[in-house]
Amino acid sequence: MSTDPVTPVLTKRWLSPRSWRLSTYEQLEGYTALRKALAATPEQLVNVVKDAGLRGRGGAGFPAGVKWSFMPPNEDKPHYLVINADEGEPGTCKDIPLMMADPHSLIEGCVIASYAMRSHHCFIYVRGEALHCVRRLNSAVREARAAGYLGQNILDTGYDLDITVHAGAGAYICGEETALLDSLEGRRGQPRLKPPFPAAAGLYAAPTTVNNVETIASVPFIVNAGSAWFRSMGREKSPGPKIFSISGHVTKPGQYEAPMGTTLRQLLELCGGMKDGIPLKFWTPGGSSTPMFTAEHLDVPLDFEGAAEAGSMLGTTAVQVFNETVSVPWAVMKWTQFYEHESCGKCTPCREGTYWLAQILERMVAGEGTVSDIDTLLDVCDNIFGRSFCALGDGAVSPIQSGIKYFRDEFLALCDSNAVNAARGNDERRELAGAHSR
Amino acid sequence: MTIAPEQNSDAPEKPPVPEGHVRLIVDGVEITAPKGELIIRTAERIGVEVPRFCDHPLLDPAAACRQCLVEVEMNGRPMPKPQPACAVTVADGMVVKTQRTSAVADKAQQGVMELLLINHPLDCPICDKGGECPLQNQALAHGRTDSRFVDTKRTFAKPVPISNQVLLDRERCVLCQRCTRFSAEIAGDPFIDLLERGAHQQIGVGPADPDSLLSRVDSPSEVTGFTVHGHDGDIAVGDKQPYSSYFSGNVIQICPVGALTSAAYRFRSRPFDLVSKPSVCEHCASGCAQRTDFRRGKVQRRLAGDDPAVNEEWNCDKGRFAFTYATATDRFTRPMVRDEASGELRESSWTEALRVAAAGLLAARGNKGAAVLTGGRLTVEDAYAYAKFARIALHTNDIDFRARPHSAEELDFLSSTVLGATPDNGGVSYADLETAPAVLSVAFEPEEESPIVFLRLRKAARKSSTAVFHIGSHTTPAVTKTFGTLLACVPGAEAAAVDGLAAHAPDVVESLRKPGAVVLVGERAAIIPGLFAALHKLIETTGAKLAWIPRRAGERGALEAGAVPNLLPGGRSVTDAAARADIERSWGLAAGSLPAQLGLDTNGIIAAAAAGQLGALVVGGVDPDDLPDPELAVTALSTVDFVVSLELRPSEVTRRAHVVLPVAPAAEKSGSYLNWEGRRREFGVVIERAGALPDCRVLDTLAVEMDADLFTQTAQAAAGDLARLGAPAAPSPTAALVMDPAAPVAAGTGQVRLATWRQLLDNGSLQRGEPHLAGTARPAIAKLAPATAVRFGITFGGDVTVSTARGSVTLPVLPADLPVDVLWLPENSGPSAVHRVLGAGHGSVVNIGPAPSGATSAGAGAAGSSAAGSSSAGSGATGFRPAGFSAASEGEA
Repeated sequence: MSTDPVTPVLTKRWLSPRSWRLSTYEQLEGYTALRKALAATPEQLVNVVKDAGLRGRGGAGFPAGVKWSFMPPNEDKPHYLVINADEGEPGTCKDIPLMMADPHSLIEGCVIASYAMRSHHCFIYVRGEALHCVRRLNSAVREARAAGYLGQNILDTGYDLDITVHAGAGAYICGEETALLDSLEGRRGQPRLKPPFPAAAGLYAAPTTVNNVETIASVPFIVNAGSAWFRSMGREKSPGPKIFSISGHVTKPGQYEAPMGTTLRQLLELCGGMKDGIPLKFWTPGGSSTPMFTAEHLDVPLDFEGAAEAGSMLGTTAVQVFNETVSVPWAVMKWTQFYEHESCGKCTPCREGTYWLAQILERMVAGEGTVSDIDTLLDVCDNIFGRSFCALGDGAVSPIQSGIKYFRDEFLALCDSNAVNAARGNDERRELAGAHSR
Repeated sequence: MTIAPEQNSDAPEKPPVPEGHVRLIVDGVEITAPKGELIIRTAERIGVEVPRFCDHPLLDPAAACRQCLVEVEMNGRPMPKPQPACAVTVADGMVVKTQRTSAVADKAQQGVMELLLINHPLDCPICDKGGECPLQNQALAHGRTDSRFVDTKRTFAKPVPISNQVLLDRERCVLCQRCTRFSAEIAGDPFIDLLERGAHQQIGVGPADPDSLLSRVDSPSEVTGFTVHGHDGDIAVGDKQPYSSYFSGNVIQICPVGALTSAAYRFRSRPFDLVSKPSVCEHCASGCAQRTDFRRGKVQRRLAGDDPAVNEEWNCDKGRFAFTYATATDRFTRPMVRDEASGELRESSWTEALRVAAAGLLAARGNKGAAVLTGGRLTVEDAYAYAKFARIALHTNDIDFRARPHSAEELDFLSSTVLGATPDNGGVSYADLETAPAVLSVAFEPEEESPIVFLRLRKAARKSSTAVFHIGSHTTPAVTKTFGTLLACVPGAEAAAVDGLAAHAPDVVESLRKPGAVVLVGERAAIIPGLFAALHKLIETTGAKLAWIPRRAGERGALEAGAVPNLLPGGRSVTDAAARADIERSWGLAAGSLPAQLGLDTNGIIAAAAAGQLGALVVGGVDPDDLPDPELAVTALSTVDFVVSLELRPSEVTRRAHVVLPVAPAAEKSGSYLNWEGRRREFGVVIERAGALPDCRVLDTLAVEMDADLFTQTAQAAAGDLARLGAPAAPSPTAALVMDPAAPVAAGTGQVRLATWRQLLDNGSLQRGEPHLAGTARPAIAKLAPATAVRFGITFGGDVTVSTARGSVTLPVLPADLPVDVLWLPENSGPSAVHRVLGAGHGSVVNIGPAPSGATSAGAGAAGSSAAGSSSAGSGATGFRPAGFSAASEGEA
């Protein structure tokens, strides 16, 4: 396993002047993979991606090649590739910078992946707030079309593909792939019942694959350099480079590309260590939906397996770093308020549960919590986790469960310092409910 | 318990799993289930009820409420998360543990229930649903005894009217989406949907289209305006597109909480104070099973009964809400006779009324003769009493149930092709519609005329890919919602259209050749010359089955009961001497005492009466405005020497009646209807001892006064008497039908041809006294093709004046894809009483022009609420098609 940060791959063009222009991209090996790919068969491409062991960069880590192979071999219905660029996970900031700095790498990946899946129409669903990014993508699509990388008869191979850039309307749930498809179809973005899975009936009930931006942007590199090269980075089950978006109390927050399996200790070195030297208290390995880590976990290898073994998830490798000045209950409350705001409302546990959890946490942070509230929090989390319709509910309880797991004392301290108030509050409540208690 | 190990080596082998089935274990019980069955249904079959809210057997699974979570093991491996039993299908070797055997499932269910209740107002004591509420019941069975929620509940302003009939309480709502799924899937009226998200998610209606021409039609409703409240206070007023559906009452019934309530029933009653009785809807020929709930002798509400073969679990709003006519203050309770001195009706004793009636009828019988008009709403038993009364008390075959435009051709068709058909002897049934490869609907507007047939056609198109074709004037909502193809046709030219199918639409003929294809024809076929003959030829060449769908509940039964001029009860011809002899024997009459001459039909009776050739009329619940020429009918009633009226409430007949005999409404009598399938829909008395007598009893007593015995004292007696005559044989539609060669009258300059039919909710007399229902009616609006409008200088959104020699009516006009020079009018909505005001009907020629200044359509909304029914109007402007025979497909977005 290589532990040294390697030569950047996905981010290598980012610092070039006008890196988002087609001319820059072409000077830096741009669209060379496409020529190679269109000379191969779709099956060969799927196999290369399978061999490379590329896993989905959107959080779940499903092997991309395997996902592609679920697409039916026939073309009875149109096939669609949909790029999930609805980057909304708190702390995550990798896809939008990628699309801003190097949009053509995504477009080239889209053409290759679409060709591999016999799709002739690809949609890029971009988070609506990222308006500048939508403009840049559209401009890149225009450039690519003018240069013959998109449209009819691409590079004289007879292959046709068009890309539609679609702006979402700002709902976190639309990052869930089936909700994204509903939203793309013009419906209300709420997750769909599965089966049927998108590969059987996705966009407009036609076979569809939904991939993350970073996943698809990795594809041209794999096609060019081969699966063995890709596997030379990262770890066996999670190979390849990964963009870590590091935010919070570090000296130089930003996007850092490093191989899968890099630890936070190494990442902190890259970003100049903790800001002002204030010690680390807790951090998320992959956004707020992944259970938090503490300073104990500095050496956990950040890949799908490493994070899971340590009791969390790799997620989107959105590393949010918090120093000792931050109150865990407060941070957990803020996250929970986010989930309450973003719960789509379809299923009961997530809709009602986040509403309740947020109120309890707000009360606790305001100093009106009780010790029993901690048990209630955990039990409500238990009633949401694994009971909700999609993974939003599971993600919503992660900060609370992990926060209480590692920092129960802080929650207790909040209750203790206000025990007197809390007791009085309880007394008042008892009086109101007098008829029952007497 | 200890179970002895099985030692018996020759224990019987497990029976093989039948084809298409799987074997699984639910709560330790081994069970086979058909592939594709949902776990929740399999569990039901072994008596395990998994709690649920969003699940409904007739709706697609949603898995949204998460109340039905159970543990599932597949191939020996437990699935990591509890699974929704309402959305997971059974599989071979599956092991399911519900809340009975799994602590995990039980905890999950209790957790969901607690969450559902945190934002629920728990106002059960004042909630209509309290006492019959799935949330209340399941919270008691599967919930915690106490809530840990001590924080602030989310609140909403309430109630919000989402239509004139349905009120929404968003706080009570558990967002199961049954209502939105019903509207989108079953009814095809997706006017309600989820709005907002998270805990602020709510059911709601969308904004009205500000450009909609319908918005200018005033709402006459009692509940006016839509106040829409945001979760953070009242944010907006007005401008909402109401939940516009003929099936809106169903969402009230399937709402598992008290979130959707009926404006009519709200706060009227507690479920446990009501007495419930099964009943059958008296309105249309669909034949819906219902449940009538009453208290202290008054019907409080009606609910859809569960009859999978007929209405499944649905009702239309007319059937559900239109019952207050029976408790109207002007209902007759005492007989009345016309005072000879004052000329006014006065209350009398039954003895006097019957004596006067008998004397008058006997006088007429011995002189110019008497005839009977029965209307289409009678039970089979009552119709039989009229039929027998005509024959043995009045000595005539002048009896006709058809209180609507009709023809001799129709009578031939009914006698040869409809009489005797039942689902048991090869007649078309609802099940046939559901599985038909193709259905052709001719001169029939299913959503307006037989709503449950419409729902079945939509289901067939959605679930069985049934191709639905409509021969009609324009793309109506029913065409769109049945995913149908319109074969556009000028009104009156339907016969030519059917005749020319092979030439103009060979694909339709091909579809009809597939086994199981069905042709449906509606009541207005009666006045389209040659249509029955053309249909006859069509089914002969294609082998498709043909069914006649009348509009009223009593029509089909009256045919079988002999309330027609050419058939005796049991469907035997009046001209058949052997039949007459049989019936004379059965009725205990002297040989040769039955009249042998063909009787007059309704038109004939009215004409004869108006010409002074009839001595008396016995009229059972006929509204002259339903007849093709109401003016002539009124003249007939005025001219005839003696009129006996059997009625519920005052009508045009009452004003001219010499004797009025009050009769019982449907809820106060027993009997049966034959629905369009010929299926017997029997019902018992709902309100006992109400004091009102059914028609059959009144006629029996009246006959006794006339020295004749009907033996129809009760509905049961009448039914027994009729059964002794034998049921008519299954029809063998081989009798040649004559095609009337008469060409339709040509339209002159400034004239257009009229297409018209009755809307489900209109000025109908059985809908009186229910303003909430009336407010959901489609507005009275005329429709024209844009080219026609241009030609006549008519502006859409303005008014059109339609006139004939008889009179004129002014209505707002909207575009539709009608053939050129064809005008559509609702037949009996608001001011548009086509028969009475214009003396016209479907296929007639009328004059049109822009409304003269001064004439306004202010009253046009009398049967409509603002912006209702936009789906038909909105599509019209662009879908114009030239006149004649052309096809266009309408899908649904």
